[in-house]
Amino acid sequence: MAAIETYHLTKKFDQTVAVDDLSIQIDRGEVFGFLGPNGAGKTTTIRMLTSLIGPTSGRAVVNGYTVGEENRSIRRSVGILTETPGMYDNLSAEYNLRVYGNLYEVKDVQGQVEKYLRLLGLWERRNDEVGTFSKGMKQKLAIARALLHEPSILFLDEPTAALDPEAARLVRDFIVFLREEGRTFFLSTHNLNEADRLCDRIAVFKTQLLVLDTPAKLRSQAFGRKVVFHLRTNDPKYLEAINALHVSSDVQQVENKIVVTLENPEQNNPFIIQTLVNAGAEIQFVGELRRSLEDVYLQLVQNTSNDEHHSRSKPNDFVD
Amino acid sequence: MKKVTTIIRKEWAEVFKKKLILSTVIFLPLMFTAIPLAMLFFARDAGSSDLTSDIPPQFLQSCQSDLSSGECVQVMMGNQFMILFMMIPLIIPVNIAAYSIVGEKTTRSLEPLLATPITTIELLIAKNLAAVIPAVLATWLAFIVYVVGAWVIIQSPNVMAALVKPSWWFVVIIVGPLLAILSVNFSIMVSSRVNDPRVAEQLSAVVILPLLAIFIGQIAGLFLVNQQLILIMTIVLILIDSLMIYFAVRLFQRETILTRWK
Repeated sequence: MAAIETYHLTKKFDQTVAVDDLSIQIDRGEVFGFLGPNGAGKTTTIRMLTSLIGPTSGRAVVNGYTVGEENRSIRRSVGILTETPGMYDNLSAEYNLRVYGNLYEVKDVQGQVEKYLRLLGLWERRNDEVGTFSKGMKQKLAIARALLHEPSILFLDEPTAALDPEAARLVRDFIVFLREEGRTFFLSTHNLNEADRLCDRIAVFKTQLLVLDTPAKLRSQAFGRKVVFHLRTNDPKYLEAINALHVSSDVQQVENKIVVTLENPEQNNPFIIQTLVNAGAEIQFVGELRRSLEDVYLQLVQNTSNDEHHSRSKPNDFVD
Repeated sequence: MKKVTTIIRKEWAEVFKKKLILSTVIFLPLMFTAIPLAMLFFARDAGSSDLTSDIPPQFLQSCQSDLSSGECVQVMMGNQFMILFMMIPLIIPVNIAAYSIVGEKTTRSLEPLLATPITTIELLIAKNLAAVIPAVLATWLAFIVYVVGAWVIIQSPNVMAALVKPSWWFVVIIVGPLLAILSVNFSIMVSSRVNDPRVAEQLSAVVILPLLAIFIGQIAGLFLVNQQLILIMTIVLILIDSLMIYFAVRLFQRETILTRWK
C-alpha cells in the first residue's frame, strides 16, 4: 500500500484553480520532493493531504485513510511542519510540546517530549520561553512537535526557508536521520539543492504536475545530456562533420567549443571524437555538461509561464 | 475532554502573562465592586431621612412599604449600579478572546493547532470556556464581595433584602454567563477579521453599548431594571447566544479559518 495516493485531486477557490488534476503515488519510506514557484499550490496540496481543507474534486488516500472521510485518523497518523513554526512564544519549549502531546493523544507525553528535546539539542533550553529562541531553534522545536506522536508520514512545508546555512544543515541532517527510520516524507521546498540531495523523487508543480521523476533522471533523460568538445581551434567544418553523423538534432558551436545534446553519450562519443579527428580538429578534452536541477526546474516553470502567455519561444538553456 | 482542558490551560498560561489582560481581570471587578459600595457608604446616613421627593416615582412604587424613603434611596442607588456586575462578564471575555484569537493569527499557530486531531467544536468550546470562566468567576467573586461589603455598610436586614433580591442573584448567576458567551463569540467573529488585538478589543467593545444604554437609561430615570426586564433580557440573550454560537461554529471550520480569515 502506498503512503500517499491522489487521484485527479483538484482544489478551486471560487473561480481560481489552485491545484488541478493531481495524480501521484508516494511509496512508504520515500522522500518525495514537491517543487514549485510561489503560488503554485504546494501549501494547498499539503493542506488537502493533511485534511485541513477538502478537495473540490478528486480523491486522496493518506496512510490508508481517505481525505474528507477519515480526517481525524489522517491527523493522528501524520505530522506536519508548517511554513512558519507557529509556536507559542510566551510559553516554554517544554510546555509547547506538552500541549501538542496532549492534543495528539500521546500516551507518554513527558517521555516523548524529553526524547525529542534531547534529540534536537533543546533539552537544556526546555524551560526558556520560545520567544527567546533563534529561528533555527524554533524550527527544530516545530520538527519535534511534528514528531511527538511518531507519525509514519511527515509533511514538511519549506523546512529550511529563512534559516541560516548552519541551521538549514542541521534540519537537513535531521531529515536524513529520520529517513533512515523508514518514515515517508512529503517535502515542499524552493531549495533545489536540498531537494536534489534529500529526495528519492521530485515533482515539479505549478497548479498542475509538470514532471515527476528521480533527480538524476530529471537532469538527464527527460532533457538529454550535453557533451562539450573543447577544440584547439574554431572551424565551421567541425560542426558540419558532426551534423553529418545525425546523432543529435542539437549541435551548437560556441567559440572553440562544440556542444552536442545526446541521448546516449557513452555510445556516441567515440564516433564524434573520431569524426572530429578525421576533420582535422585537435581535441583538448571532452566533458559532460551537467545540468543542475535548477536548470531543469527553471526550464519547466518558464515553459509553463510561456505556455500561459501563448508564447512558444524556446528558452536558452545553454550555459557552459 | 482532555484536549479541551489542555487548550484552556494553554490559553490561561498565555493570556495571563499579558499585564493588560491580567489587570483587566483583577482591577475591573475590583473597581466595579468599589463604585456601588462607595455609593452605599456615602448614602449610609440617608436611612432615617425623608427623601421621598428625590426618588423617581416608578422606583418609589417598587420600593417595599416597610422601608423608609431614605432606605429606599439606598436601595435605588444600589440597584442602579448593579448593572456594573453585568458589565464585568461582557468586558473580560472581549479582552481574553481578542488576544487569544488574534494572537494565534499573528504567531501563525492556528495551522499546526488545526492539524492535530482536535475537532473544531472542541477548539471552539475551549476558546469559549477559557474566556468565559475567568469572567464569570470574577463576576461572582465581585458580587460576593459586594454583598458582604454592603452588609457591613448598611447593617439593615430590610435594606439588604431589598438590595440583594433573588432577581439580582439570578442576574449574576445566570445572565452573567449568558452575557459572557455573547461577548466571547462576538469577539471571535470580530477577531477573525482583524490582525491587531487592540483593534479586535475596540470593535468587540460594541457589545457593551446596549448594556451601557440600560445603565444610563436607569440613572436618567427612563426605566427600571426589574424582574420583567431581567426575564426579557434573559430570553433575548438565549436567542442571541444561540445565533452567535451558530455563526461561530460556521466560522470556526478548518477551511474557513485557513482560507477566509484575514
